[in-house]
Amino acid sequence: MEQPEQDIATSLQPPKTAAEPQAPPVPEPQESWGEGRDVFNAEKVSCYYGAFRAVTDVSLTIYENEITAFIGPSGCGKTTVLRTLNRMNDLVPGAHVEGDVRYRGASLYGKGVSPIAVRRNIGMVFQKPNPFPKSIYDNVAYGPRINGEHKKSKLDEIVERSLRQAALWDEVKDRLKASGLGLSGGQAQRLCIARTLAVEPDVVLMDEPCSALDPIATSAIEDLMRDIKARYTIVIVTHNMQQATRVSDRTAFFSVLRNEESDTRTGVLVEYGRTQQIFEDPKDSRTEAYVTGQVG
Amino acid sequence: MAVMTGQQPNLREPAGWRRTKNRIATVLMVVSFVLVVIPLVFVLITVVARGISIISWQFLTADIPPQVVPADVGGIGPAIVGTIEIVALATIMAVPLGILGAIYLNEYGGRGVLARLIGFMADVMTGVPSIVMGLFIFSIWVLHFQFSGFAGALALGCLMLPVVIRSTDEMLKLVPNPLREGSYALGATKARVTMTVVLPAAIGGIVSGALLAVARAAGETAPLLFTILTVTTVNRNPFSGPNTSIPSQIFANATSPYVGAQDRAWGASLTLVVIAFLFMIAARIVTARFTRYSR
Repeated sequence: MEQPEQDIATSLQPPKTAAEPQAPPVPEPQESWGEGRDVFNAEKVSCYYGAFRAVTDVSLTIYENEITAFIGPSGCGKTTVLRTLNRMNDLVPGAHVEGDVRYRGASLYGKGVSPIAVRRNIGMVFQKPNPFPKSIYDNVAYGPRINGEHKKSKLDEIVERSLRQAALWDEVKDRLKASGLGLSGGQAQRLCIARTLAVEPDVVLMDEPCSALDPIATSAIEDLMRDIKARYTIVIVTHNMQQATRVSDRTAFFSVLRNEESDTRTGVLVEYGRTQQIFEDPKDSRTEAYVTGQVG
Repeated sequence: MAVMTGQQPNLREPAGWRRTKNRIATVLMVVSFVLVVIPLVFVLITVVARGISIISWQFLTADIPPQVVPADVGGIGPAIVGTIEIVALATIMAVPLGILGAIYLNEYGGRGVLARLIGFMADVMTGVPSIVMGLFIFSIWVLHFQFSGFAGALALGCLMLPVVIRSTDEMLKLVPNPLREGSYALGATKARVTMTVVLPAAIGGIVSGALLAVARAAGETAPLLFTILTVTTVNRNPFSGPNTSIPSQIFANATSPYVGAQDRAWGASLTLVVIAFLFMIAARIVTARFTRYSR
């Protein structure tokens, strides 16, 4: 699956329309976890906050048009790994990454790579809804505007399409000029998803997007994830194992490794596979203990 | 303690030490509030009572007469014009610089040496007595050039700068980090994040902080003593020649033995209090207006 090294500027454009260089996609309908093209290849990735090694030697591949779930106990580094995928951890003073993270063949941490360009391709939805203190319309139009789109008609179109994709349009179409802060928790989170979709990213990273929401809002967001899966690749961190089984195609189980001698701890990737296999036939005893609810 | 059937439970606060403590604390708070309010009210009443009779259109616009003339002749027009000129110049210099400095401290400097140095210097500058600031401008500017409204504005600007930096800094600190991350996650550059998310979220607090700094500066006397002197006619050019201001005029007239001059000082005091009050109201309106999306 190695792709040839490309010029970074072009390789960071999502090659959605590019011809598949390898085997052509199989036309017959597949199960939802059919092996798509690689989107991320992480090779022995370790993340540090200052001297503290939060995550050690994570290697995994994330496939196109799939939902990949990261599960594991608190402090196991799943959010850290997620934030490594669009260089959000650059914003944390003292954070750095070792190892190789490739996004569609291009090294994310290579020389000359702009985190700005990375994040335009790889969007993120956060744990707590964080709408800007602007109107609903301006929240969604924010991304297109910073990318240079200022035509009213085009923006109107993007705003409506994004809000429809996020299943929020019917609830807010009559009050687009109202503050984004006046929405309920579930609506605000869907607004944040619409804001992310408005820039048409290639990948959407979601960091526990439903942890602050009630079951109805959670179910709305899970439906929307399944709806948009055909167009986006989604990686989701979740504490809710039922959620992982409901929405994800693949699941990565992270855990905390304690070193008794030096009294340090670090997050490791224990097991990664199709969601069904992780939950029904885990290979590692730690995964089994976690998914059956014996620990954590 | 089980509740007996047919008997009402006793839900009243039991008498005793806890109740007594509550009463003592309440009384202490009310007393402190009254103690704080008494001088404020007293100042306001005195200034209004002694100043209101002299205020007239003529008082606000006429040239400043010699101190011996009675209160119904002349006014403080040059002082009002001078205060407006000097404070406006000081604001133009100090507010943009202070806001930019605070943005650097908060958004760009991080925990770097330069940012810490600027933050520390701003704190030191806040503690510099205003008369020392006046002397400083006197020695580096007035001695080489001349007395002018601009020299006064420099001194006031130096006083306002750390206040603006600190108040803006506090406002920027209040902008939640998830907002910045939300913008970064859409591919925004740092300048974009600052301009389109951080500043709009904090602008209400920044503007009201700046207005309060302006009101403070408008009332400063000491830094103007060695920088603008006083004059009796309107000086429309703040860059040339001595000028005057309301506080300078209050100082000059209140220390005079003549009753007319003392009355004019009261009138000028009332004018200054009203100006400061207008600034407070403006600050409130601006804050309310800019925060309409954050509620």
